[in-house]
Amino acid sequence: MGNIDINGKSLETDEEGYLVNLSDWTEDTAQFLAQQENVELSPNHWEVINFLREYYTEFQIAPAVRVLTKAIGKKLGPDKGNSQYLYELFPYGPAKQACKIAGLPKPTGCV
Amino acid sequence: MLHIVNKSPQEKNCLDACLGVATDGAAVLLIEDAVYAATTGHPAAAKLEQAQSRLKLYVLRPDLEARGMADRLIAAVTAVDYGGFVDLAAEHTCQSWL
Amino acid sequence: MEGVVKKFMFVNRKAPYGTIYALESLEVVLISAAFDQDVSLAFLDDGVYQLKKGQQTKGIETKNFSPTYRALDGYDIEKLYVEREAMEARGLTEADLLVDVTVLSRRELGMLMDGMDVVLSF
Repeated sequence: MGNIDINGKSLETDEEGYLVNLSDWTEDTAQFLAQQENVELSPNHWEVINFLREYYTEFQIAPAVRVLTKAIGKKLGPDKGNSQYLYELFPYGPAKQACKIAGLPKPTGCV
Repeated sequence: MLHIVNKSPQEKNCLDACLGVATDGAAVLLIEDAVYAATTGHPAAAKLEQAQSRLKLYVLRPDLEARGMADRLIAAVTAVDYGGFVDLAAEHTCQSWL
Repeated sequence: MEGVVKKFMFVNRKAPYGTIYALESLEVVLISAAFDQDVSLAFLDDGVYQLKKGQQTKGIETKNFSPTYRALDGYDIEKLYVEREAMEARGLTEADLLVDVTVLSRRELGMLMDGMDVVLSF
């Protein structure tokens, strides 16, 4: 368990830095978490982050990498729906790292 | 006496046991997986309809809603919220059919 | 993953929320998807309640995991079987369920189960 301080607000995180409460997430939170991960957020990053948040809202889980890749390909086209593109954006794993920045829990089955 | 049942009637016989023991005028509250008993099309619903003349029957609404069964509640059973649960527990001696 | 593909069946027989079985099963199913096996889900007895439409868990302050069943398709888990007798005994029809399923009789489910390599019970 830990805490991060954003705009004077203290947000609870788990031992791996994932937000405990989904509702704590704001775009500022994403900026802060991305900075901690040494990721500079471009519009392409935001596209994935927003996709993840929509996916979570619909299905109540964070998708596995394979599922994310396929779903992104379906929605944003094959040039974005491949793991190379996604790993370039999020070097530590599109599911793991992008989920953290998107304020979602770690994908089920991800170790 | 307030009898509280929390097990699915199609998995455990707690509801039958409770209805058999409960004396006239007693209250029966269905919570958790027992709420299915009070839904249309369920075989236990007929037993509750039969018992309604001698027992006061309640179901915990949040548990019914969680299971997607709120719109299938039978008329013989009254839905209560947590406040109603507390009131019932305060008014009666409780027996839980675990 | 290279290697032998085995036929797995997850047998779900418990209602959601009253016990942890339904959620645990769903999590194991999602994890199993990573191993590219032939996965089937069977919903028997009270397990059919897991797929009931319209679940609203705000009142019990528990996570509503029913939308996740609709994500299974994206995980290439498409074999969902529901016991006909279990639905009938609970006054449910296919229209009450939140995903597309194949409805089978107990006997047909039994035969399907016989053909599995691994059966996991929840």
